[in-house]
Amino acid sequence: MTTEITEASTTQVIGKPIKRVEDPRLITGSAKYLDDLKLPGMAYVAIVRSPYAHARIRGIRTRAALHHAGVIGVFTGADFEHLNPLPCAWQAGGTENFVVTPRALEIDRVTFTGAGVAAVVAETEAAAEDALALIEVDWEPLPAVVDAEAAVVEAAPQIHENAASNIVMDWHCGDADATAQALAESDVVVEQRLVNQRLIPTAIEPRGAAAQYDASTGEYTVWMTSQAPHVMRLLMTAFVFGISETKMRCISPQVGGAFGSKIYLYPEYVLMAALAQKVGRPVKWFETRRENYVATTHGRDHITYLRVGAKQDGTITALDADTYANLGGVLSTIAPGVPTTLYGRMLSGAYRIPAIHCRVRGVYTNTSMVDAYRGAGRPEATYVVERAVDLVARKLGLDPVEVRRRNFIPPDAFPYDPAGILAGLEYDSGDYEKALGRALEIVGYDDFRTKQEQARRDGRYLGIGFSTYVELCGVAPSAWIGVGGEGWGAGLWESANVRVHLTGKVVVTAGTQSHGQGHETTLAQVVASELGVPVEDVTVEHSDTQGTPFGYGTYGSRSAAVGAIAVHTSVQRIKEKARRIAAHMLEAPVDDVVFEDGRAYVKGAPDTAKTIQEIAGAAALGYDLPPGDEPFLDDTAYYDPPNCTFPFGTHIAIVEIDGETGEVTLQRYVAVDDVGTVINPLIVDGQVHGGIAQGISQALWEGAVYDEDGQLLTSSLMEYAVPKAAFFPPFEVDRTETPTPVNPLGVKGAGETGTIASTVAVVNAVADALAPLGIQHIDMPLTAERVWRAIEEAKA
Amino acid sequence: METVALDVNGVRREVQVEPRTLLVELIRDHLGLTGTKVGCDTSQCGACTIHLDGKAVKSCTVLAVQADGSSVTTIEGLTQNGALHPIQEAFWAKHGLQCGFCTPGMIMVTAELLAAGGSPTDEEIRNALEGNLCRCTGYENIVRAIHEAATKKTGVSA
Repeated sequence: MTTEITEASTTQVIGKPIKRVEDPRLITGSAKYLDDLKLPGMAYVAIVRSPYAHARIRGIRTRAALHHAGVIGVFTGADFEHLNPLPCAWQAGGTENFVVTPRALEIDRVTFTGAGVAAVVAETEAAAEDALALIEVDWEPLPAVVDAEAAVVEAAPQIHENAASNIVMDWHCGDADATAQALAESDVVVEQRLVNQRLIPTAIEPRGAAAQYDASTGEYTVWMTSQAPHVMRLLMTAFVFGISETKMRCISPQVGGAFGSKIYLYPEYVLMAALAQKVGRPVKWFETRRENYVATTHGRDHITYLRVGAKQDGTITALDADTYANLGGVLSTIAPGVPTTLYGRMLSGAYRIPAIHCRVRGVYTNTSMVDAYRGAGRPEATYVVERAVDLVARKLGLDPVEVRRRNFIPPDAFPYDPAGILAGLEYDSGDYEKALGRALEIVGYDDFRTKQEQARRDGRYLGIGFSTYVELCGVAPSAWIGVGGEGWGAGLWESANVRVHLTGKVVVTAGTQSHGQGHETTLAQVVASELGVPVEDVTVEHSDTQGTPFGYGTYGSRSAAVGAIAVHTSVQRIKEKARRIAAHMLEAPVDDVVFEDGRAYVKGAPDTAKTIQEIAGAAALGYDLPPGDEPFLDDTAYYDPPNCTFPFGTHIAIVEIDGETGEVTLQRYVAVDDVGTVINPLIVDGQVHGGIAQGISQALWEGAVYDEDGQLLTSSLMEYAVPKAAFFPPFEVDRTETPTPVNPLGVKGAGETGTIASTVAVVNAVADALAPLGIQHIDMPLTAERVWRAIEEAKA
Repeated sequence: METVALDVNGVRREVQVEPRTLLVELIRDHLGLTGTKVGCDTSQCGACTIHLDGKAVKSCTVLAVQADGSSVTTIEGLTQNGALHPIQEAFWAKHGLQCGFCTPGMIMVTAELLAAGGSPTDEEIRNALEGNLCRCTGYENIVRAIHEAATKKTGVSA
């Protein structure tokens, strides 16, 4: 969308494209990221990582490294045996999970290439790196398995003693019997094996951590590239170190992108804190990109057997998905929750499907840890559902747009319970037809099929693909997602504190964590609009456990849908108190005073108004307050939503395929998203653009590749296809706005829609282009080679 | 140790470095100019892009000793007396950055692209960014920012 920039110094700014307040430090290079941190006396850490995917450690010789110039110490897993393994904080709900998690350094066995087994602390990074080569590990390599389907068969190597057949958990949702019966009674049933390949998140800033320890107080300070510093502190102190939570301060400095990969507690964060205590000096470790590719989590990696039933007219009658979710060699912090709650429970998509069943087997393999990557479960669900609809349309010779319309949940059906698979929750609101209609209008669908016919006559493969998705943001309420429900090992509310200082300037501290999303701007917009102060008078602080209320951090598109509502709640209570103080100042009954756009006045007498700045001054001085009121305008809110929110929309891709080479050219990309009320359209558009790029990239280029021994072949930016600017056409982005009734701002969340929607739109477009050849499906990434092979096979 | 003498953002600097030291390490670790970033170890990401004698180069791919006698401009050198460079203004106005980690490199490569003057096309801009990766923006708003900078930039050079 084209947006005109709004100057900040107005107050009614919700929905206005304000330039981000965080940008000046970022465009001048003055922002401090993890690797920019340098403390007096700082030492540097390098980590010995396993070259084998599965191996026993017979011994580690460290003497030569210890004697290397500049080396302060060399440590192995045995040095940290007293620390607990890292916790798995989200286990699949309602079923047993067979849990094995990493340690700060592994002690006797590794289960993926890249697992850390020893660490060097040295005066310089170079000395630490040099000494790594002098450490000798006596390895006993063991047989490895990398594919989830291959890992559950009897002959597969057993990776962990407690996980028979390498199964982490065997989870179900929906009604198996009803689905089987509905499939049996369907006019047609389409079956398809779908591979949702493994991706490597690749934030441009790798991960890192630094730590210092104060022996006199026993207090740790840990800096890390984290999306959730409060959670890091909780997990490290209460679960790994067994110390008081108050003995650790966790700080996320400026964080350079994450996409889920920086949510988790990683072994290196624990290791830095432990090493700082051991060597008595501040220490720092910053990942190389090659380390990032093996030691940071990957995403997706599902194999799904889909069965979808329909009537002759395209009405979908049943959907069954049997999924193998590859979770890697050990479990990352929330790994089992992602392919269960966030995947299986979203398999109804935007459609009325009377019978749904999903089985998910989480599987250990000798690969890097797999956890949430942008979209986290919902892209995988959307891929299954939106491919299913297209496969039904193809089978019945119907227009995929018409099949979608025939099955849409109508606007008057909300709140909508999708066949019980949401475990008690309901879709909040939606107008799927409206977003579809707008997208069709932008793309010019009326003419497209004629153009396509002409292209086909000319021997050109032109295709259009649709994704009329629905997703889920701001996961909540706590009692639903928590231990007794979906298995999340905590709550999932969010916090904010709002203080209006004597001068009328406002400071917000939040439990969310901004790593590119622009919270310092959007949260300020919420405060400015509600309190009637200029945006530049509002400062937002986050990412430090000291000085912010406990919060769960930023992921799952929760910062607007949950975090901003906590801010909003605080501001409402501050306004209420401001109204009482103003009434006292005006010597009027409270009920006669209204608060509007930063001014409180006696109804019908706006010229009597006291400004919020005057009221804040009176509140801060406390000379003359209403009886019973404390000084200062200050409020902390903990907001636990009654439901998730469910953004939706239509994405359309148009591709042309070169029949000779198989190369796919993305000609146009249209996205109409509905994320509820928009706080800042500039930022929302940016989120959508970035998500679309990542999703398209999964469809066409990206994919982590392991060889059969568990060596990651795509182990650097030379082999892994992170897309460049020239890969993309301009994105044509628009939206509809259907506010959610779940929260008072009506916001749904916008961080992941692009990724969730776009992948399957492109895949559907490629399948449409190749329909004349009878090609039903090609697994991603749809590289020239894969498409060419499919074309050659079809022609043979 | 080798002595490297060079001009950085208009200031003459002399630094003692190990022969293996990379230019980006000299800039970040020895001079403390941490605006220049390191995002990979294979010269793909472009976060370390600076100007070496007026040309945009990846400072992770140049040895510090090779820069002896050269003139270096980093992101910190674009801002003049606290005033943002038009390219910085354009990235801000068009939301051409999110996490900001690739941004210094993006801005430096843009400065080279626009130094020649004129208004590059969409295609020319996208091709000019071929050595710089961004994972947040999908490049859409970076391209818009560069168009904006090309329009606004009249005779200002990096």
